[in-house]
Amino acid sequence: MRRLKSLFIHGGRSLLAILLAAFFLLPLFWLLTAPFNPRATLRAAIPSTPTLENFRAVFANRFAVRALLMNSPILAGGAMFGVTIIATLAAYALSRMRIPGHNVLVYVLILFSSVVTGTAAMVPIFLLLYSLRLIDTHIGVILVSIGGLLPTGIFLIRGFVDSVPRSYEESAIVSGATTWQMFRHVVAPVVRPGMMVVAVWAFVQAWGDFLIPMILIRSPDKMPAPVAVYSFYTEGGTPILTVVSAYSLLYTLPVAALYLFVNWRYGFRFFGGIKR
Amino acid sequence: MAPALIFIGVFLLFPFVWVFIISFTNRTLTGLGAVSPSFVGLQNYLRLFDLQRWMRPGEFGNALWNTLLFVVGSAVLGQVPLGLGMALVFHRCRRALREAVFTLAIVAWILPGVTVAFTWIAFLDRDFGTLNAILTSLGLGAVDWYFDYPLLAIILFNIWRGTAFSMLLFSAALGTIPPSYWETSEVVGATGWQRFRDVIFPLIRPHVLTALILVTLWTFNVFTPYLITGGGPLFRSETVSMYTYRVAFRFLEFGRGATAAVIIMVINLILAVGYLVSLKRQAVYQ
Repeated sequence: MRRLKSLFIHGGRSLLAILLAAFFLLPLFWLLTAPFNPRATLRAAIPSTPTLENFRAVFANRFAVRALLMNSPILAGGAMFGVTIIATLAAYALSRMRIPGHNVLVYVLILFSSVVTGTAAMVPIFLLLYSLRLIDTHIGVILVSIGGLLPTGIFLIRGFVDSVPRSYEESAIVSGATTWQMFRHVVAPVVRPGMMVVAVWAFVQAWGDFLIPMILIRSPDKMPAPVAVYSFYTEGGTPILTVVSAYSLLYTLPVAALYLFVNWRYGFRFFGGIKR
Repeated sequence: MAPALIFIGVFLLFPFVWVFIISFTNRTLTGLGAVSPSFVGLQNYLRLFDLQRWMRPGEFGNALWNTLLFVVGSAVLGQVPLGLGMALVFHRCRRALREAVFTLAIVAWILPGVTVAFTWIAFLDRDFGTLNAILTSLGLGAVDWYFDYPLLAIILFNIWRGTAFSMLLFSAALGTIPPSYWETSEVVGATGWQRFRDVIFPLIRPHVLTALILVTLWTFNVFTPYLITGGGPLFRSETVSMYTYRVAFRFLEFGRGATAAVIIMVINLILAVGYLVSLKRQAVYQ
């Protein structure tokens, strides 16, 4: 009886796993098949004559290639470096300066960043960059991304910084290191995994962001990939699905690769950060 | 510390204050309102809350109602319970099975918004969509999702998109419960439901609250569904973030857009304060 019950539970669980896997996988089926189909429609079907012709069509469009291989990496890379460096320094200061209530401060900043980013902040951000003459520049988009991502970045890296024993730093100071030397040679090596996590996270966020560049970038040769994909439309306004699907797949690859890397290196799960 | 404060000041605090000021002006991108915006008092707010046209398609009330349905459907009834259920069911089972399901959910969560928007346009298409192909082969009729149920379509999309966060959060929370608790409840012969109600739920209640408020806050601001339905047809799936975008960057009326943004921020702020208060209350009890 007990065995029957356990068999039942295992069977039910496997069935549930299959249903859930289908729910999460089926919408992606189109993305995996259409790029290789010479006559791709919105129908997801394994192509009878798979081809790489669609990718050739993508690379024939110099404007789209530039968006994918130059503009997007510049924007995401800039945001990644900015967020990682500034968040590390800020988390270090927060952890060492003994500001009263700094835990609450970080929480308030995170909540505040989700209150203010998104469409609600787009009007003042646009006007701000307009008056700074940074509309239609890469640096403008990068600065806005850094501002929006910083609070969560500080939150993510804080746990790693807190784990550096203070005695390490004290002994460095005793042996005559400057503050900067101490930070570089003692603190940075210990928090490097945390910096990696923040860097990957910031890159993925900035790479996938659509709203900020859509509002701030005007000229086609500066657009990143998520905005440029909307150039693959016919004059009637319908997407050319063969090229759109191939381009979407190429645009997705870096994110997928980073995920695999993080999962292999660290395991993809929450670290101590969820402890409220 | 200083660079971080400058960035946060310029790109978070400053816009927060400025948007209030703009919301009382008739600022536009082009024309007279761009050169010399003038103070118009509460006019934008009265226009936004003009009760006679409040609920008409394309007006703010309609967008606010859609947002409410969208948030309740996809966050409160969708992502959080589904994430909790997945974490519970796969907590104590074979590693391979759990990894497979979790990986697929995480992939849906991390792919770029534009990519998933295209795949969902294809997935729910009336004539060629994968879902309708499955429904038809099961003998059920095809459904015109984007025309008949646009709001339901983006709710489904958002559940698919965001469940991974709740799932990972609850999975980590369950990991902190000592295995002996599970074993004891097995020995005393508790059913699965009793064990959940009397042992597990009280232990993870703080995380449930965290997930509910964070996911609600994020869902409120999410913009990706605009790439799928564009708010249509006839504004039936337009949420307040799409409304703000349309007024500010399609009509280029920044004053009116800022007014809608202020309302969004006030609602968000209430949610955030609620979150902080509940955190504080838990801290007192423990």
